Amino acid sequence: MAENKMGFETRSIHAGAAPDPATGARSTPIYQTTSFVFDDADHAASLFNLQRPGFIYSRLANPTVAVLEERLASLENGIGATATSSGHAAQIVALFPLMSPGMEVVVANKLYGGSINQMRHSYKKFGWNANFVDPVKPENFSKAITDKTRAIFLENLANPGGIVVDLEAVAKIAKRAGVPLIVDNTMATPYLCRPLDWGADIVVHSTTKFISGNGSSIGGAVIDSGKFDWLKYKSKYPSLASPAPEYHGLTFAETFGPLGYTVYGHAVGLRDLGPCQSPMNAWITLQGVETLALRMERHCSNSLRVAQWLEKHPAVAWVSYAGLASSPFNKLMKKYMPKGGGAVFTFGVKGGYAAGVKVVEAVELFSHLANIGDTRSLIIHPASTTHRQLTPEQLVAAGAGPDVIRLSIGIESVEDIIGDLDQALRKAAGATKAKSKSKAK
Amino acid sequence: MAKKKAALSSAVTPRPSPASPSANHDDYSDAFVKQALASVRVIAVVGASANWNRPSFFVIKYLQAKGYRMIPVNPKEAGSEILGEKVYASVSEIPHAVDMVDIFRNSQDAGPITDEAIAKGAKLVWMQIGVRNDAAAERAEAAGLTVVMNRCPKIEHSRLYGELSWGGFNSGVISSKRRKL
Repeated sequence: MAENKMGFETRSIHAGAAPDPATGARSTPIYQTTSFVFDDADHAASLFNLQRPGFIYSRLANPTVAVLEERLASLENGIGATATSSGHAAQIVALFPLMSPGMEVVVANKLYGGSINQMRHSYKKFGWNANFVDPVKPENFSKAITDKTRAIFLENLANPGGIVVDLEAVAKIAKRAGVPLIVDNTMATPYLCRPLDWGADIVVHSTTKFISGNGSSIGGAVIDSGKFDWLKYKSKYPSLASPAPEYHGLTFAETFGPLGYTVYGHAVGLRDLGPCQSPMNAWITLQGVETLALRMERHCSNSLRVAQWLEKHPAVAWVSYAGLASSPFNKLMKKYMPKGGGAVFTFGVKGGYAAGVKVVEAVELFSHLANIGDTRSLIIHPASTTHRQLTPEQLVAAGAGPDVIRLSIGIESVEDIIGDLDQALRKAAGATKAKSKSKAK
Repeated sequence: MAKKKAALSSAVTPRPSPASPSANHDDYSDAFVKQALASVRVIAVVGASANWNRPSFFVIKYLQAKGYRMIPVNPKEAGSEILGEKVYASVSEIPHAVDMVDIFRNSQDAGPITDEAIAKGAKLVWMQIGVRNDAAAERAEAAGLTVVMNRCPKIEHSRLYGELSWGGFNSGVISSKRRKL
């Protein structure tokens, strides 16, 4: 439907935004309002019946948020988007039209830890069951599919660990099973990879990360391809393909055709769950997304330089970055994200837990915190922070062993990033040597 | 209501005839679709439903608000009214001229309906999403009509004039010009 003939960089700046019709304001205004007046009773009725596009209440839709939604839909080559209050909210809003009590979602076990927690524990309260499989072998998804499966969920560039999933293969499995493939594209961003182009049906984002890029606003988004045929699998997807009692028997996939999933995301998902994105956060995120291509280019070139440098560092045991020729995922990365392997990766520091703690304490430029995708370089030692409740065996299984350090490489001068890591690694190595003199040379 | 229709119709001022009678039916340009929608004023909707939650009803309701006159066609509802307009059993029974025939029937049925539209002197034949009949399109184009297939005029109108974007949809439209209110 949409032409999308202009380039990625052009669309990053312009898609969804036009000079304000009322004032001519060129930058997107912040429509900081809860509600919108109706022209008359008939106009109000048409809006509530979803017969005319328009604004009622900012929990459902807001003009500033709509600009961000269209921008992201365009960048992902999707048909429409639903912005949410966070990436976690996006995951719930994405699955809400598909799931019901007793139903299952097959999920890659190489996911952001927060997503694993949400899906393993909180989803149970809705009666949703998440079955985890190792995404490195695509056939694992196919083995886990049952007649209760309603979606497949994965991260195409998994955090941490730099794991690249064979998207095209999993998309084929999803298609054969008649279920949509949902891909979390937060780490790659649409600049590096557009999962919908590889056959995925839905993309979710934490816009908190690279999309906004400035580390100041929490947000998320669900982007639909408009290609999944809900009516073909009517009995599996009653929310979309059967008459909706809350809208007097309207069938979303029929009345709105390919737009149905996104209309449902707003008209039912945001309406009833409530996790709308605030206009202010959407506006801040819009300022960031304008420079997404430039930032990702630098994030990736800095990351590759740092990863190559770390690989040769005497205090470093190993580096796991998909952009490195030594990575088992380098081949898949070159296929799915040829412009770069992203900016988040892990490495092992010699000296184990104590050395890991020392490195994160010794950095001066890197920020020790639990986020990724900022313009600033970030560092965390999972074993002593995010994963500290786990047993040593669980730590290793989660890719968060005692020696693991996760980096999110920023867009500072690469010499400064390397310089800071170098001094921290030297301090850590010195400290470890001092502690175990007998083992030292 | 008539007054309001006139006020809202400024964006769809009728033009004498479409610029180009034929098009690439796999990939219409925005300019082509915009021109097609701007070239008509009276639209017959074949397969119009009186049920408010059906897609055809949505299209009639929306395009009425945009200043088009929508004439419902449905043999089962003939003689009754949908959204203030009398329902006719067929396009040929409509007692006045129509500019466009919008087809909410399957691809096969679209053939004879297209022939009726040609006989009626319509300028534009429009087939809804999922409806495509290339042979009928060729006949219509040979007779000088413009044809749009596998699209929805409500979606296209709202996409090209900015309202679809309000719902978070990818309009594909990029312009630095100020939109008319």
